[in-house]
Amino acid sequence: MSYSVTEPSARQKWIAGILVALYAVITILPLVWIIATGFKTPSDSIAYPPKVVFQPTLEGYVNLFTTRTRQTPEYMAEHPPQTWAERIVAKYDMTIVGPSRFGARFLNSVIIGFGSTFLSVFLGTLAAYAFSRFKVPLKDDLMFFILSTRMMPPIAVAIPIFLMYRTLGLSDTHLGMILLYTAVNLSLSVWLLKGFIDEIPVEYEEAALIDGYTRFQAFRKVVLPQAATGIASTAIFCLIFAWNEYAFAVLLTSGEAQTAPPFIPTIIGVGGQDWPAVAAGATLFLLPVMVFTILLRKHLLRGITFGAVRK
Amino acid sequence: MAQIRIQNLRKDFGAFTAVKSSTFTIEDGEFFMLLGPSGCGKTTTLRMMAGLELPTSGEIFIDGEEVAQKRASQRDIAFVFQMFALYPHLTVGGNIGYPLRSQGMSRTETRNRVTEVARILGIETMLDRPVGGLSGGDRQRVALGRAIVRQPKAFFMDEPLGALDAEFREHMAEELRALHDRMGATTVYVTHDQLEAMQMGDKIVVMNHGVVEQFGRPQEIYDWPATLFVAGFIGSPAMNVLPFEGMVGIGATSVNLGGHTFGMPELREGAAGALVLGIRPEHVALDDASSLRGEVLATEYLGTTQIITVRTAFGAVKLRLPSGRAVATGGQVGLGLDPRRITLFDAATGQALRSAANEKVLSHG
Repeated sequence: MSYSVTEPSARQKWIAGILVALYAVITILPLVWIIATGFKTPSDSIAYPPKVVFQPTLEGYVNLFTTRTRQTPEYMAEHPPQTWAERIVAKYDMTIVGPSRFGARFLNSVIIGFGSTFLSVFLGTLAAYAFSRFKVPLKDDLMFFILSTRMMPPIAVAIPIFLMYRTLGLSDTHLGMILLYTAVNLSLSVWLLKGFIDEIPVEYEEAALIDGYTRFQAFRKVVLPQAATGIASTAIFCLIFAWNEYAFAVLLTSGEAQTAPPFIPTIIGVGGQDWPAVAAGATLFLLPVMVFTILLRKHLLRGITFGAVRK
Repeated sequence: MAQIRIQNLRKDFGAFTAVKSSTFTIEDGEFFMLLGPSGCGKTTTLRMMAGLELPTSGEIFIDGEEVAQKRASQRDIAFVFQMFALYPHLTVGGNIGYPLRSQGMSRTETRNRVTEVARILGIETMLDRPVGGLSGGDRQRVALGRAIVRQPKAFFMDEPLGALDAEFREHMAEELRALHDRMGATTVYVTHDQLEAMQMGDKIVVMNHGVVEQFGRPQEIYDWPATLFVAGFIGSPAMNVLPFEGMVGIGATSVNLGGHTFGMPELREGAAGALVLGIRPEHVALDDASSLRGEVLATEYLGTTQIITVRTAFGAVKLRLPSGRAVATGGQVGLGLDPRRITLFDAATGQALRSAANEKVLSHG
């Protein structure tokens, strides 16, 4: 058996290409399915065999964002639909009576997801900098202690947290969810960022100190720009966790601070099995993380492979 | 421009003492070398002078002002790091101008000063380039530019040539020395390379295990080492050290090594017990009349000179001879020692005994 370190042959490239394409299809297919379902009518969405070609409609999105009520045909005749959205629901003898709670739930997700991401990265950067640069008593023990919070699935402490939150009045509040997700993410953020900051030579800050900056200015003007890659990739990991988290959200939120993940499944129960509305909700829910990730993908890639190669 | 005075400086890192008690003075405009093997405390001393480490005790005076506990930024000094420490997110011009901007200098004046400094260093065409693609030498020039642009009281350099190739090092060393001569600013330079220290320095402090071993001009240190450590560290090859048991008294002008008597500079102090005779290889000659004899172990050709290693009753002795002279390996030779160039050391303390020849040098050690 021989190993080649030369340029792969055309055939090898073809095989690699086909394998990658196959993998891409397998991964992307569910995504395409969800996005497509969001644009189907309820009957198309449950058609068997599944319809690949169909007449796209915004029904799912209208249903997602509105609450509707059924009217008598007489009422419908007296009140013809005015807007395009009303025309869509009029097919089912319905009128729009108001917005659904999806917008508010989505906003909750944004507030809690980005809020906890900001807090995790902010605190994580400061802690990582201190651990990286200063003599901290019991540093190794503290770092291990921080890591140890990751050694069990967070949901294992669901019951104590549920009771604590009820007593503290943090149940179903934005603050409570932000604090919870920050607590879960902080260990990841401290460890990841410490690795990044360790790699920044301390001479940069010393040069800045001599050039007339204070320690904090040196941190802000010299360390932060160089840690940007690490901060960006840490932020993505934190956001993905906080955004997608389901179990605690179900347990601790029900109204005021409910995030999108526990809300989306409840759409099913409103007026029959409205799969297109569920799919529309899932599609919209995917977007922010997708956009965020695409914007920062270079950093993300560097973050994943970080530490794998010694320079 | 500044005189720098170090008084009883000490630095502990937990149980480890990096610098025990350093005292020396750097005169205004001197090119001053802190020399020693790695871990000897030279870099820690420099970092304390710069304000990057706080001393455990002791005082540092820059221009008569006590600064030991002051922040680096308040000392008006510039530091050149071994790894250059250029800000990777800035261009060459941005790096050089960085300290000026931190002082709140206007954009146009910064630009003018940066251009002027870049011209001195011959990097004016690179100002808009990112620092990432520069060669080691150019990076070090940028680092120097960042140091001199502020016109500080003193320059501190921590092995600035350590990261360059040997060939380029020599060139940069000359450039540095020329730059210093033109600007006349006090420069403190840390190195572990004794040749570099001898070549560039006006004065040298030799440190070992956190202790100042000797302080003086390169020639003084080379000719009259104050301790056995300095004798072994300075010079290539190092000073010959011949251990022997014996006794010498004040006023003695000769020393007896197990039956061999050698003339030497008049001693100003006596000692007895384990002693060491030190002499540089160039001050040992072939002398058939001498009673100190040995077998030639090796000859090493160095161009204009050659190093001959002779096995004697006191260990191997090296001689530096003109390379024209043929010496056969394995042959027996007699060794003559230049009586004006001998230093005696007390083996127990490692200190040189004072004599008429070295007492002036040792008095400011």
